[in-house]
Amino acid sequence: MDVWSSLMDGFATALTPMNLLFAVIGVLLGTAVGVLPGLGPAMTVALLLPVTAALEPTSAFIMFAGIYYGGMFGGSTTSILLNTPGESSSVVTAIEGNKMAKAGRAAQALATAAIGSFIAGTIGTALLAVFAPIVVQFAVSLGAPSYFAIMVLALLAVTAVLGSSRLRGFASLALGLAIGLVGIDSVTGQRRLTFGQPLLVDGLDIVVVAVAIFAVGEALWVAAHLRRTPLHVIPVGRPWMGKKDWGRSWKPWLRGTAFGFPFGALPAGGAEIPTFLSYVTEKRLTKHPEEFGKGAIEGVAGPEAANNAAAAGTMTPLLALGLPTNATAAVMLAAFTSYGIQPGPQLFSSQGPLVWALIASLFIGNFLLLLINLPLAPVWAKLLQLPRPYLYAGILFFATLGAYSVNLQAFDLVILLVLGALGFMMRRFGLPVLPLILGVILGPRIEGQLRKTLQLSAGDPAGLFSEPIAIVVYIIVAIILVWPFIFKLIRRNRPVAAFTGPSEQSARSEAESPAQAGDPTTTTHQKQEKP
Amino acid sequence: MSSIATGLKGRAELGVALLLGVVGVLVFLDANGLVTPYSQSDPVGPKTVPFIVSGLLIICAVLLAINVLRGGKGEAEGGEDVDLAHPADWKTVLPLAGAFILNILLIDWAGWVISGTVLFWGSVLALGSRRYIRDGLISVALSLLTFYGFYLGLGIALPAGLLEGIL
Repeated sequence: MDVWSSLMDGFATALTPMNLLFAVIGVLLGTAVGVLPGLGPAMTVALLLPVTAALEPTSAFIMFAGIYYGGMFGGSTTSILLNTPGESSSVVTAIEGNKMAKAGRAAQALATAAIGSFIAGTIGTALLAVFAPIVVQFAVSLGAPSYFAIMVLALLAVTAVLGSSRLRGFASLALGLAIGLVGIDSVTGQRRLTFGQPLLVDGLDIVVVAVAIFAVGEALWVAAHLRRTPLHVIPVGRPWMGKKDWGRSWKPWLRGTAFGFPFGALPAGGAEIPTFLSYVTEKRLTKHPEEFGKGAIEGVAGPEAANNAAAAGTMTPLLALGLPTNATAAVMLAAFTSYGIQPGPQLFSSQGPLVWALIASLFIGNFLLLLINLPLAPVWAKLLQLPRPYLYAGILFFATLGAYSVNLQAFDLVILLVLGALGFMMRRFGLPVLPLILGVILGPRIEGQLRKTLQLSAGDPAGLFSEPIAIVVYIIVAIILVWPFIFKLIRRNRPVAAFTGPSEQSARSEAESPAQAGDPTTTTHQKQEKP
Repeated sequence: MSSIATGLKGRAELGVALLLGVVGVLVFLDANGLVTPYSQSDPVGPKTVPFIVSGLLIICAVLLAINVLRGGKGEAEGGEDVDLAHPADWKTVLPLAGAFILNILLIDWAGWVISGTVLFWGSVLALGSRRYIRDGLISVALSLLTFYGFYLGLGIALPAGLLEGIL
């Protein structure tokens, strides 16, 4: 089908008054949770899954799309006004953004972030609409061996590339895979890891797992280290920009978009690398190098655009391949399954109207964010003053409610507490959360593809390599796994070369240093991604 | 303090390695206990993936233990409201967990309105708010609101418990 006409149909669906209302709710809710510490879009979508079960899937996904973009938007507001970025993707924004706010240019910083997000999000969504069907055309020809390989790549890449310790990433992934095993094996009907407990036979509900790890774990962790001194929020009026600011912002927006989308679309691209690359590029190209480090508008415009373009890019593998690469996308994948929709390349043909309505609602959500949130910025800044006891008690309250309402059994709350304690421990000892969630959600799907592959080859392991794409993907997997060892070897032999080597490792270690410069008083460790 | 205790002090992270190892062994034993005849249509069977996962867990456990003993440390996670300068404040966390457990025990018997009130009130107090009456009122209001909201709006009947007939 023609992309343009499908997209117009999508707009027709998404612009009905009811769906527009859900888009507005999603955008507002998403911004609120993005602004508030301790909450994030992935957790919000997870909490809403039981509540939205009664809705049309299309309306629910329109709302989820609003939450997804809104969360991104809210995160940048917090990092500009507070200088304590809640999400790793807005760490870079905080560097210049907070300096601008302190210099009395908060309104301009918020404006360039908002308008840049809108432009990048719109271009990114347009690229998604163009590229996703192309990826699908390519993907429908792939068989189980290639899918298995691509999923393994996504899991390993997210685990190995993001976060500061690969070992701890893999530990988290392994725990997630183990949690995903619980319940009846779909092929043979064998009970795995149920320990004779009949309530475990259906497996652990993804809502319960996600809410436990994100919400309960986060609330307990913050409670243990609650900052007793109130945070200083920089007051702000209505965001606006002068002519000069526009002139300095538009190029960084476009360059940021160019960095963000491809990284988002790759499995494990994430938003950290493109935002950082955008920052470095703007710093090099700027005509006002003296302002960098003191609040240069280019340093907000570029990374924010990169961040939002990456968010749009992430939707490409999710919709075209059924492959989530960040926490929100992972929970959205779980949402597809809970509606009985099979994600993957068939999605565009089997659920065409839904997918195109979703893409259309991404455009609409972007526009709404700009329209609603520019005047609302002072309100969002006030939200940051919410007394923390209420905030975290509220998170626990709604986490309990959401998890309980799935099956109405108190046993789920026991699991919620146990996994919440696990989430606490992971935060305490630096185990990243994202690999665990992806392990829980992708684990069973990977196992399914593995079994299908070997069924086709009658048990011959060579079947794993029976498609050319699979072989290519395995080579990439091998490079990702072996790379740090090669890197170490190079560094040992040529210590100087290692510093100039254009590797992700060096990019990441540098990425932490500007954060350090941006705020010497707090720890430089970044959160993985705000749930 | 004995030398072993000093050696273990500050190495609480070894507990993570232990947990990984225990889970790994559990997954292995569980998969090993499955009885399945070889089937042509499912040559992989239900055991293979658990064996791989268990292997991954145990390898991670061993490597993490080595890493920690060599002085490696996982970085605790920061955040807007997190102040890592002071040590873990168990006087906040334990009452918070207590309120959570109380809710689990009460929810089916006393109903959501009561258990939810206990949960929110207890959590707010544990987190340091000292406006007892206002907090209590907010708790009751939240619980009632969610109870009726779920019932009327979503058709989900949360347990009424002791207040059955009144609500």
